[in-house]
Amino acid sequence: MADETIKTRVIDILARQAVLEPDDVTMDQSLDDLGIDSLGLVESIFAIEEAFDIQVPYNANEPEASDFDISSVRAIVEAVEQLVRDQKG
Amino acid sequence: MRRVVVTGAGTINAIGHTVPATLESMREGRCGIGPLDFRDVDRLSIRIGGQVRDYDPEQEFNRQQIALYDRFTQFTLIAAREALAQSGLTFAGDLSAQTGVVLGTAGGGLNTHDENYRAVYEEGKNRVHPFVVPKLMNNAAASHVSMEYNLKGPSYTVATACASSNHAMGQAFHMVRSGMSDVMITGGSESMMCFGGVKAWEGLRVMSKDACRPFSLGRTGMVQGEGAGIFVFEEYEHARARGADILAEVIGFAMTSDAADIVMPSKHGAARAMEGALRDARLDASEVGYINAHGTGTAANDKTECAAVADVFGHHADNLLMSSTKSMHGHVIGGTGAIELLACIMALRDGVVAPTIGYEEPDPECALDVVPNEAREADISVAVSNAFAFGGFNAVLALRRV
Repeated sequence: MADETIKTRVIDILARQAVLEPDDVTMDQSLDDLGIDSLGLVESIFAIEEAFDIQVPYNANEPEASDFDISSVRAIVEAVEQLVRDQKG
Repeated sequence: MRRVVVTGAGTINAIGHTVPATLESMREGRCGIGPLDFRDVDRLSIRIGGQVRDYDPEQEFNRQQIALYDRFTQFTLIAAREALAQSGLTFAGDLSAQTGVVLGTAGGGLNTHDENYRAVYEEGKNRVHPFVVPKLMNNAAASHVSMEYNLKGPSYTVATACASSNHAMGQAFHMVRSGMSDVMITGGSESMMCFGGVKAWEGLRVMSKDACRPFSLGRTGMVQGEGAGIFVFEEYEHARARGADILAEVIGFAMTSDAADIVMPSKHGAARAMEGALRDARLDASEVGYINAHGTGTAANDKTECAAVADVFGHHADNLLMSSTKSMHGHVIGGTGAIELLACIMALRDGVVAPTIGYEEPDPECALDVVPNEAREADISVAVSNAFAFGGFNAVLALRRV
């Protein structure tokens, strides 16, 4: 899967969760900036897992401890790209 | 005002099949959480839980009964048998007519749902057993207790997720205190230990894959348990007149709603419930020696609960003991408050406070004495039991040594 497609699809998922247009989501924004709370994040991760058929390591009790970096849209896109390479490659 | 006492207790759960066995496990800090054992567990990412082990329904019930009793009903009847036997009560005439059963459960006959959905969806069957509905309904357990013991008074089932059995016991307390009944059977039961039950919880991403470590730094979430706790609540003079052994007195109850978020707990809602229970019991906060915490082991609950306790108890929060026995038996969801009430009774009656096991390191955001890893002897005259549910419903009971 081309990385550009992954990026587009992840942004679509986050935009849908944030009730924004994909064009209004930028790579530097954080989940806070997008107004996505912890429950919204859990829903987004579910949507990402379904979209790419991957397992995302994430425990809401210790978000910092998991390998899945959620600090920005860019970090999430890169993390998903890595997971797709690892799990679907 | 009429006083309400506990004259019978029964349980079956991951750390004991009876009350004495459970209290011994609590004193010893034994963990009942281990690898899950049921069909398709290999398709789960969460594979640990506080399952009731060494349990064979066919040793307890005949085939016709098993056709009608989901696992949560079986547990209820086993716990009820112990509680009723301890109380020494038999029900006939007026006592039968006014005594009822108020129980809590969140999922009811979830194993029955799971098995039968599997039959019709996965296996493509077009026929299910005729008793699926009476077996899975949430009030099945309360109904079978009423039938078994001839209890013809007010009976129903409360479903408020993780606060179900505290709400149920609070209702039974109100009914005895108000004079509606001299005796009520109450408590709760849960068994979500099946593929669908655990799979649903996995989705929330709050479950631990290794252990339940409430209030400990490095905690990784909640772990499910299963089982039942059943109690006989009785009017004080009624119990004294017949020379009953009184386990503890229920002195206060309060319930609040956060009106905020469907899963995130609120400090204010929890604090208002604790304050309400103290007010209802006409207690000063300084009289409370032990709190059986809701203590799920999630980041959200444990921080919020500690902050609420600090708000309600002020400086006294540093003197009291608070522990979460979920670290041993797991989170028994709708039955959890009932099993945890046993820890309160043990603190009041035996002067032993159950520990929070699996505790590794202090969390600065949970800076209370959570009785880490080892039970402690303490002179406790008043205990409080917290339950805070998804949906923002909070129910807190207060008990006193008699």
